[in-house]
Amino acid sequence: MPRIGREQGLNLGLALALLAAPLVALALAEPFYITLATRIAILALAAVGLNLALGLGGMVSFGHAAYFGIGGYVAGIMAHHAFMGTPGPLGIPGTGQMLPIWAMAMVISGVVAAVIGALSLRTSGIFFIMITLAFAQMLYYFALSWPAYGGEDGLPIFRRNAFPGLNTMRPIQFFAVVYVALMLAIGVFAMLRESRFGAALMAARQNPARLAALGTAPFGVMLVGFAISGAITGLAGALMADLTRFVSPAMMAWTLSGELIVIILLGGTGRLFGPVAGAALLVGFEVVFGGMTEHWQLLLGIVLLLVVLFARGGLIGTLAGREGHG
Amino acid sequence: MAEAALALEDVAITFGALKAVDGVSLTLMPGEIHALIGPNGAGKSTLMGLISGSLRPDRGRITFGGRDVTALPVAARARLGLGRSFQVSSLIPEFSARRNVMLALQSRAGHPFHFFRPVRHDRALTTSAEACLAEVGLALRAHVRAAELSHGERRRLEIAMALALAPSAFLLDEPMAGLGAEGTADLVEVLDRLRARAPILLVEHDMDAVFALADRVSVLASGRLIATGTVAEIRQDAAVRTAYLGEAAS
Repeated sequence: MPRIGREQGLNLGLALALLAAPLVALALAEPFYITLATRIAILALAAVGLNLALGLGGMVSFGHAAYFGIGGYVAGIMAHHAFMGTPGPLGIPGTGQMLPIWAMAMVISGVVAAVIGALSLRTSGIFFIMITLAFAQMLYYFALSWPAYGGEDGLPIFRRNAFPGLNTMRPIQFFAVVYVALMLAIGVFAMLRESRFGAALMAARQNPARLAALGTAPFGVMLVGFAISGAITGLAGALMADLTRFVSPAMMAWTLSGELIVIILLGGTGRLFGPVAGAALLVGFEVVFGGMTEHWQLLLGIVLLLVVLFARGGLIGTLAGREGHG
Repeated sequence: MAEAALALEDVAITFGALKAVDGVSLTLMPGEIHALIGPNGAGKSTLMGLISGSLRPDRGRITFGGRDVTALPVAARARLGLGRSFQVSSLIPEFSARRNVMLALQSRAGHPFHFFRPVRHDRALTTSAEACLAEVGLALRAHVRAAELSHGERRRLEIAMALALAPSAFLLDEPMAGLGAEGTADLVEVLDRLRARAPILLVEHDMDAVFALADRVSVLASGRLIATGTVAEIRQDAAVRTAYLGEAAS
């Protein structure tokens, strides 16, 4: 089937372009563009997480900013205690190392997603969208009113967390860390999609009654998918905290949940590299048109409308055609 | 007498004031095709819902393989070996025919939490899926998306998926619906072979198919069973003639 080959070529092109951009920027001594590419990669990673819930499982979460924010706060709080030399919550010592922070960020956001998912998945459609939004807003206001870690002022990370063998303060080295994390997450997404679990998850989206009649209850499949989804988005949040070296309740704002959905729609729902394409489009739009007019989001809205009306498959779907499920 | 594969005892459910199913008792014996007929609105679909588990009865008991399943949800009953097809084809539209059957096979094999091995290289699934498709005459359509199959092919794919579950009883909800004479004849042949695998509770409107296949026929009218018997007995039954067959003939 030639169309599958076309998508793979497109994916490879996107992966290489995202890798090449900061290298060119490095050669031209334009660190701003390295940071920009890092931001694209982190948002793409967050959207890979949402794509698992939304694209494969059909769970339109309008609250994934919560997991992004939780990941961010885990990184911020751990770094804060490591810097201050004080014990963290529950007596857990702080750390300035990315690897344990990532593990914690993924476990905590995954567990929170499992709890929120268990309650939200009793509904579907618009109610599911609203309940996930409501939970995310609860966490947002909780962060806003939590004075121990800055409340609405947020919490700075004085020294970017470390990765063994690298100097993460160098933008290009931090980008490398983020890029590898993104590619690994895309690999996990691909692996899950091809697995028995992925087949059940996609079936749960398309026809839950049929899946149940075959002997697999959709609820458990969707819940596990939702938790993994939250964990991946949580990892992205931890990386974003390290990129900006600052965490604040804004990471949990509903606008970010919306942006993640927009990224997926622009890139192509359920597509492997849809999040990369979508994040590049969104950030690119912001940079190019945001420089010309402060009303760039109006333009974005028009583009989104056109995509939803005329190019349902997003960028990947338009360029590579429909997906094959042999 | 052998134990019934499936037994309903005085099963009833009401929706508001409507007694949709009102005290139905019936059995499905090993090796038989038991047809359930009745005019529109008689409660056939509701009864199918009660047996498959998407509806819970207000009273009565449903046993399957000697086990009380009255309180079990749909998926649990399916895992016990109740393979159903739907009145309106219910498939995974984006999956190929083969992947639809593979989904049935993996459900039968156990829980879905296998995250690592790609299914398309899973020989246990792919070869059995192709065998099931061949059995219903869909071998050459294995790679076509379910959404692009013809109506008749979708009806067959439904049967292939039920077959893949290797059930201990089939629950087929109007498998001939919308098929032409030729398609019906083909499917009658398929179902006739199927009875060797497991007994079939067959809800069907096509009387020729019912009379060709059924060992026993039960007639449902206004939520109640008005007759159960062999094809010959049902053809003779005066109450059935007025309630149903007469109406169909007029």
